[in-house]
Amino acid sequence: MTRPLLYLAKPQFVALALILLVNWILFPGFFNFIVRDGRVYGSLIDVLNRGAPVAILAIGMTAVIATRGIDLSVGAVMAIAGAVAATMVQGDGNALVIVLIAALGVGLLCGLWNGVLVAVLDLQPIIATLILMVAGRGIAQTITEGFIVTFNDPGLIFLGSGAIFGLPTPIIIMVTLAVLATAVLRLTALGLFIESIGVNRSASSYAGLRSRSMLIGVYAFAGFCAAIAGIIAAADIRGADANNVGLWLELDAILAVVIGGTSLLGGRFSIPMSVVGALIIQAMNTGILLSGFPPEFNLLVKAALIIVILVVQSPLAGRAGHFFKAQKPAPQKAPTEARSR
Amino acid sequence: MNPRYWPLIATITIFVVAYGFAVLQFPALFSTRVLGNLLTDNAFLGVAAVGMTFVILSGGIDLSVGSVIAFTSVLIAVLVTKLGIHPLPAFAFTLLVTTCFGATMGAMIHYLEVPPFIVTLAGMFLARGATFLLTQDSISVSHDFYTWVRQFYYVMPGGGRFTFNGGLMLLVFALGIVVAHRTRFGSYVYALGGNPQSAALLGVPVARTTIGIYAVSSFLAGLSGVVYSLYTSSGYPLAAVGVELDTIAAVVIGGTLLSGGSGFMLGSLVGVFIQGMIQTYIVFDGTLSSWWTKIVIGGLLFGFIVLQRVIVAMSKRDWRRKKYPKTAAAE
Repeated sequence: MTRPLLYLAKPQFVALALILLVNWILFPGFFNFIVRDGRVYGSLIDVLNRGAPVAILAIGMTAVIATRGIDLSVGAVMAIAGAVAATMVQGDGNALVIVLIAALGVGLLCGLWNGVLVAVLDLQPIIATLILMVAGRGIAQTITEGFIVTFNDPGLIFLGSGAIFGLPTPIIIMVTLAVLATAVLRLTALGLFIESIGVNRSASSYAGLRSRSMLIGVYAFAGFCAAIAGIIAAADIRGADANNVGLWLELDAILAVVIGGTSLLGGRFSIPMSVVGALIIQAMNTGILLSGFPPEFNLLVKAALIIVILVVQSPLAGRAGHFFKAQKPAPQKAPTEARSR
Repeated sequence: MNPRYWPLIATITIFVVAYGFAVLQFPALFSTRVLGNLLTDNAFLGVAAVGMTFVILSGGIDLSVGSVIAFTSVLIAVLVTKLGIHPLPAFAFTLLVTTCFGATMGAMIHYLEVPPFIVTLAGMFLARGATFLLTQDSISVSHDFYTWVRQFYYVMPGGGRFTFNGGLMLLVFALGIVVAHRTRFGSYVYALGGNPQSAALLGVPVARTTIGIYAVSSFLAGLSGVVYSLYTSSGYPLAAVGVELDTIAAVVIGGTLLSGGSGFMLGSLVGVFIQGMIQTYIVFDGTLSSWWTKIVIGGLLFGFIVLQRVIVAMSKRDWRRKKYPKTAAAE
C-alpha cells in the first residue's frame, strides 16, 4: 500500500540519515550550501564527491557479488588505468578521447582476464582476482616507471575536479553510471540472469543460459568501473600514484555492497543500495574527519559496522527474530551455507 | 606417484632451478651469508605463513595477519618503552591478546555462519585501528634484552649468521609440520578443508577446531609480530601492510590448495624462500626495480593455481576410471 514509504524505511537509509544527523550535531554547518563561481560547495556535496570512486567500484562489484563472486583486483586495476591515462596524456600528448579509450580499454582487459580465469578455468573468484591484486600494482609501476606521473591536461583534470551544472563531475559520472547500470540490468532480463548464476551456476547453464560469457561480461564490467574510478582518482590529484591510488579500496567497495544488502552468497543485488552503502561509508569518514579524530579511527568504526551487519544478517539472529515474531511470516533470507566463500 | 605430491615437488624444483640460475649469474649468491639473510629477513613472513597454512588447509582465509603483526609490534613497543615492562612478560601478554583475538574470529565464523573472508576483514580493520589508538608515531625500542637477542647468533662456515629469528622460524615450521601431519588437530584441519559437512558427520568437533585454527593463526601472527619487533627494534602502526597477501602467496606457491584439504607445511617454507630469493636476486641485479617482485609473484601464483586445477581435474578422471575390485561379499 505504502510502498514508496516502506522503501525509504530500509535500514540503509535510516543509517545514512542517522550518520548525517550525528554529523550535523557535531558540525552545525554540515547541511549548508554555498554557491560560488557557479559551483555548489558544502559538506554534503563533499560526501558525494569523495564517495564517488568507491560508489563506482561498488556498482561493478555488486554485479560480481551477485554472481557469487568477488573481485579483489579493483584497487590494482584503478592504479593501472590511472597510470595509463597519466603517462599517455603527459608523455605523448595524445588527444583526451584516445587517452580515455585506452585507459578504459585496459580496465576492460583486466576485467576480461579475471572473467576468463573464473569462467573458463573455473577458479574460485577470490583466488583468480588475487593474482591481479598482487601483480597489478607492479604492472602499474612498470607503466609509470616507478615515478608519480603528474599532468596538467585541462580535459583530464576536469573529470576529477571540474563541475557540470554546478555539481562536481565525479558525482555526475557516478549518478549516470548507477542509473545506466540499473536500467540495463533491471529493464532487461540481464539482472535476473546474473542472479540466477549466483543462485546456481550449473542449473542456469542447463536452463540454457550462457553463464560462461555472462560471467566474463560481469567481470569485464567490474574492470571497466574500476578504470573509471581510477581515471577520476588520478584526475583528482593530477597525477598517477601507482603505489597508493585505490589502496584497499576493493575492501571498501565490498563493504559498501554488503551494507547495501547484496548477499555475499549471490542471488540478489541492488545497485542503488550499494551506492547508498558507499555514501554511508563516506559520511562516516567525513564525520570522523570533521570531529577532529585521526582518520585511522575510521577503521575501528568500519570494523564495528561489519560486525553489526554480520550479527544482524546471521542465521543465528534470524532464528532469534523468528522466535520473537512467530506470528508474522518469516522474513525472506538468503540461503545460507556453512563456511562457503 | 600420488598427484598430491606434484605441487610440492614443482615448488621445490622451481626453487632449486631458479636458485641454480641465479648462482650461475651471480656466484656470490651461493654462500651462507645469503642463506643466513634469507632466513633472518623472511623470519616474520615464515612464522605468519605457518598459521596461514593451517587456515588455508581448513578451507578458510585470514586477512588480519598484517594488522595483527603491526598491532603486536606497537603494543610491545608501548609496553616496553612507556610502561617499562621487561620484554618477556610483554611478549607473553601480547601473544595472549592476539590468541584471544583469533579465537573470537573463529567463534564468529563458526557460530554466525559467515564466510571467513568477511570476519577476518573486520579483524584486519579492528587490529589496525586499535594500533592507531595505541600510537600514531613510530616508537623505537632500546632495551638490553633486544641487544642481547641480537648478539645471540651462530656464525656459519663462510661468515653467514644464523640468527635467533631465523632459528625461531625454522623451529615454528618444524612444530607446524608435526602438528599438521602427526596430530589429531592436524587431521581435523585437513578433514574440515576437504568437506566440512562430512567432517562434522564423521565426528570432527567443528566448533572447537575452527576456533582453534584461527586462534593458532593469530597466535602465530602475534609471534611474527614479536619477531618483527626484534628484527626492526621498533613499533610502527603502518608496518606490515599487505603482509597477509605475501603469506597467502607463499602458501599457494608452496602448493597448498586454496580450496582446502590438500597441501604440505614444508611447501609454505619453500614458498617463503622463493619470495625471499626473488628479492635477493633483484638486490644482486641492481638494475631491476622492486616492483618486479610483485609481478613475478603474481605470475608464479597464476602458474601454481593453474597447475592445481590440472591436478584436481586429473585426479577426478583417475577416480572415475578406477575399477573397484569385487569384495568378498559380492562374490
